[in-house]
Amino acid sequence: MVTQIMSDTDHDDAGTTAARGADGDVLRVTGLTVEYVTDGDPVRACADVTFTLRRGEILGVAGESGSGKSTLITALTRLQRPPAVTTAGSIVFQPRDGGAAVDLVTASPRALRALRWTSLSIVLQSAMDALNPVMRLGAQFADALRTHDRSLGNDAAWARAAELLATVGISGDRARSYPHELSGGMRQRASIALALACGPELVVMDEPTTAVDVVMQRQILAQVLRLRRTLGFAVVFVTHDLSLLLELADRIAIMYAGRIVELGTASELYDDPRHPYTRGLRDSFPPLRAPLRRLTGIPGTPPDLRRPPSGCPFHPRCAARFEGCDTHLPELVTKGGHAVACRLHDPTQRPQPAPGTSTGGAR
Amino acid sequence: MTTTEAPAPVRTAPGGPPAAVRAVRRWGFLLRRLGFYAAAAAAAIVLNFLLPRLMPGDPSSAIVEELQRVSGQQVPPETLESIRAIFGDPDQNLGEQFLAYLGQLARFDLGVSVVNFPVPVSELVLQALPWTLLLVGTTTVLAFVLGTGLGVIAGWKAGSRLDSILTPLTAFLSSVPYFWVALLALWVFGFVLGWFPLSGGYDANLAEGFNLPFLASVMHYGALPAATIVFSAFGGWLLGMRNMTVTTVREDYVLLAQAKGLSRGRVILRYAARNAMLPSFTGFAMALGGVIGGALLTETVFSYPGIGYLLFESLNKRDYPMMQGVFLIVTLATLLANLLADSLYVVLDPRIREQG
Ligand SMILES: Nc1ncnc2c1ncn2[C@@H]1O[C@H](COP(=O)(O)OP(=O)(O)OP(=O)(O)O)[C@@H](O)[C@H]1O
Ligand SMILES: [Mg+2]
Repeated sequence: MVTQIMSDTDHDDAGTTAARGADGDVLRVTGLTVEYVTDGDPVRACADVTFTLRRGEILGVAGESGSGKSTLITALTRLQRPPAVTTAGSIVFQPRDGGAAVDLVTASPRALRALRWTSLSIVLQSAMDALNPVMRLGAQFADALRTHDRSLGNDAAWARAAELLATVGISGDRARSYPHELSGGMRQRASIALALACGPELVVMDEPTTAVDVVMQRQILAQVLRLRRTLGFAVVFVTHDLSLLLELADRIAIMYAGRIVELGTASELYDDPRHPYTRGLRDSFPPLRAPLRRLTGIPGTPPDLRRPPSGCPFHPRCAARFEGCDTHLPELVTKGGHAVACRLHDPTQRPQPAPGTSTGGAR
Repeated sequence: MTTTEAPAPVRTAPGGPPAAVRAVRRWGFLLRRLGFYAAAAAAAIVLNFLLPRLMPGDPSSAIVEELQRVSGQQVPPETLESIRAIFGDPDQNLGEQFLAYLGQLARFDLGVSVVNFPVPVSELVLQALPWTLLLVGTTTVLAFVLGTGLGVIAGWKAGSRLDSILTPLTAFLSSVPYFWVALLALWVFGFVLGWFPLSGGYDANLAEGFNLPFLASVMHYGALPAATIVFSAFGGWLLGMRNMTVTTVREDYVLLAQAKGLSRGRVILRYAARNAMLPSFTGFAMALGGVIGGALLTETVFSYPGIGYLLFESLNKRDYPMMQGVFLIVTLATLLANLLADSLYVVLDPRIREQG
């Protein structure tokens, strides 16, 4: 096991990862459902989530606060804590060396531990709290490096930590610093460097740039893109900031009340948002390159997941709702790679007379 | 020691003060603390000097009279002088007295015990000290290690079967007054069952020294008082550590440690327990400072020949020089332990260094 991991890392260092290209999928998530089991009714914070992640792809996940983004992220990495329980679905991880696919939901703790960091790593929502305040930065790199490469000496591990820090623009001697001695942006970048320490195939990032200013945000995103190009890892990038994803992500999934309501390429979502919620999200941010447009928010508030609305969870806020939206839960239907869960786009459900355009009659 | 750290190379990395500045701040912090404790110790010494002099009448003469009454003989002049240095001489001016008093302290001369005349107080203290260090020292450490260890286990799996039994049970047990625990243990295991001796620290019929029978008797005599101390002290550590662990385990850095694929033991020790222990640690260092004072109740109930028992005896028999000496030593030991706790905390928690 260990030697396999090592050869993987060597492979990375040789810079050939990118050459492996985007053959196949690295992650296939099917019907993933996560509930918070509390005294009352269980809160379904992720419901029937299905998507695939291609090798080296950046998948953005956007949604309002409370839509279940962090729940999805911790479920994907099997890091969820009680009362969160994965009640259904599978998360199939396909290692790049052609090894056997692993369903992370049913994998043993031991098997999971072997995958962690060498294949699957994470950048947490708040880099402020994600680093141990009483350990030097280098030590927090070194223990991960040495756990997955038993032959690595302590000095070599610290040297590697300094190298990794340098890749995100932090001077190597900062490895001897404690987290509180770094600025917020440095901590955030250090967390990203840490996530890349063992050459993972998949990095999940939970709002890695919310705590930093816009300039630093741009810098960090540019670094992620650059590193992705050289190292070839795939990313699931979670944020509530759709405009940021439009620049960064290859494809974007829109989450609402624990469900993916639309999934498509960044340009598809920007130019042709199909779900009324996606359109609302898009129109609540200033456009990046296109001419200015009136900004509109989405009326109403996200649903209380303890008592989700019947039918389509968005229908109470939806301007385009029609008869049956409050009783029928629309399925995520894919057409030409662009998936949407809205009855406006389901020919069998569409109201009569049908709206003239594919974007519906909302505007 | 401090000089090895001072000439650290000046690094000018952005985003934080250079290393040299940080080093200066860290040592500045320690020096300030040191100054504070030095002042506190000086205050204790001055107070020790002033208190008997503020008492009405002439305590020195009273003590000398008492000595003559107890021993039935004339008090030798050098004893007289040492008692006057500590308890005051109405005929001498205060400045001279203070100098004499300081000189005497420097020689560790704390006067003569009234009850055990003419044995010097310092000798009695030095005799009792090893017993107290042995009994209270080891049990304090043991209770801390046991309580902290179990607390981590209970806190790591909060809500588990172990936690839901151990934690309430411990809370109940540690609310039982120590006095009861000690007396009950003495009655059941010493008196009814006769497994352990009722009083003392060793078998008086054996020759004192590093021989096996004597050491075995020390263990035998010490077992019961030790058990009662551990029994009533470990619960506090357990509860404190359990609650801190529960909070710490929710921290993101523990989650990240798990995400890194570190072994469970490493996550618990280096991330959860290491950080959860910081508050307990201060308490532990203070407890170590309290060790010198002995466990007054334990040593009294079990007539254990330590400092606590010495203090109890001197209180009982109004042996003022003895009390005075023990109080001074206990105060200084407590200050020293606090200083140690502060300094070690600085080593354990890098965040403290910057604030000062
Ligand atoms: N420990 C918990 N117990 C019960 N319900 C929870 C718990 N944690 C989260 N939830 C519920 O799950 C839902 C999703 O939470 P989650 O943290 O995944 O949202 P999010 O999209 O990451 O939000 P944010 O953008 O604020 O980080 C929330 O509506 C919340 O009510
Ligand atoms: Mg979140």
